[in-house]
Amino acid sequence: MDYMAVVSVGLVMGTLGRLYLLRVDYRQYPSYPQGYIVHLALGFIAAFLGAVAVPALVAKEYTAVTFLALAAQQFREIRDMERESLKNIEETELVPRGAAYIEDIAKAFESRNYLAMLTALVASTVVEFSKKPVLGVFTGAVVILLLSLFTRRKRIRDIATVRPAEIHFQGSILCIEDIQVMNVGHPVSRKIFMEKGLAVMIEPKDDNARATLANIGQRQAIAHDVAALLGVKRDVNEVDFMPLVRIDLETGKVGLVIVPMEKDMESLIKAVRMVPVLESSRRKPLKSKAGRKASD
Amino acid sequence: MENVGVKEVILAVVTLDGKQPASGVPVFYAKDEEERNKIALHLAKILSGMVHDLENGSYIIVRH
Repeated sequence: MDYMAVVSVGLVMGTLGRLYLLRVDYRQYPSYPQGYIVHLALGFIAAFLGAVAVPALVAKEYTAVTFLALAAQQFREIRDMERESLKNIEETELVPRGAAYIEDIAKAFESRNYLAMLTALVASTVVEFSKKPVLGVFTGAVVILLLSLFTRRKRIRDIATVRPAEIHFQGSILCIEDIQVMNVGHPVSRKIFMEKGLAVMIEPKDDNARATLANIGQRQAIAHDVAALLGVKRDVNEVDFMPLVRIDLETGKVGLVIVPMEKDMESLIKAVRMVPVLESSRRKPLKSKAGRKASD
Repeated sequence: MENVGVKEVILAVVTLDGKQPASGVPVFYAKDEEERNKIALHLAKILSGMVHDLENGSYIIVRH
C-alpha cells in the first residue's frame, strides 16, 4: 500500500470533518466565504499533519512525528486569532457578545482543528494497517460523528425552563414580574416597552443551573443571541431598549426583557432555549460537599 | 469591566423644580411636564444617554 492512499484518505476525512463542523449556526459566525477559507485552510493543514503521522512512524521517520507537537503550538494561535477579531468587532455590535462568549467561540474553533487532526490520524492509521481505504473512510466518518456528539454543548433548555413573563411598571421602574430591571424615565419609552416589549422568565432547574445563569457572561450571551436572532429596536443614540437580563436574587430566576424587531413570543422562547451554556460560565456547586450542604 | 454596565455618568438634569440648584451637572428648567419630556428626549438623543425618572419632578440623563 503506497503512502499516497494512506495520507490522502486521512487528509480528506480530516478536512471533511472540519467542513462538517463549519456550519453557520446560532453564533452567526463565520458568515462570509473569507471566514470559511481561513478555517478550511487551517483544518486542511491540521488534517495533513494528522494523516502523515502514522505513515511517518511506519517508515521510521521519527522526526516527522515531532511536527505534531509543533502543530499543536501553532493551532493555539487560532484561539488568539478568533478572540482578537471578535473583540475588534465587539464595538460595532449593538448588543455585545461579552468576553465570556468570545472566549467560548475561540475555544470551539481551536478544538475543531484538533478534531480534524484526530480524525485524519485515526483514518490514516486504519488504512495503513487494514490496507482498505473504504474502511478508513468509514472509520473517519464515525470518528467525526462521535466527536461532534461528544463536544456538543448544553443549551439553556437543558438547564432551565423558559416561559413567557409579563412586563409592568412600578412608577418609572420597569419590572419583569417581581424583578426590578431598570428605571425608564421617558413616558414614550415606557409606552413602547408596554406595547412592543417582550419578556421571558428563565427558571433554573437546580442549583448548578442557578449558579450558571447568575454568571454575567452567560446572561450577556443570552442577550446577544436573542438580539441577533430576533433583531432589536436599538441604535447608537437610542439606548433605552438594550435587552437586559436580570436575576431575582431570592430564587435565582432570570428575567429577560427585549424590544425586538419581530414581536413573536414563540420564537423568543425558542431563541433563548437554544443559547449555549458557556464553558466559562458553567458551574457545578452540587458536585462539591460545601455546595451540596449549602443547597439543603 | 467590559461586561458590566457600571460606567454611569449623569450628563444632565431636567427638572420642574425651579429651586433645583445647578452644581456640577447642567440643569435644564422646564415649565411643565410636556416641556420636560421634550427636553429630556432631545438631550437623550443628542448625548446618546438614557432618561431616568427620579419621581420628584426631575429627570436625569445618564450615559451607561
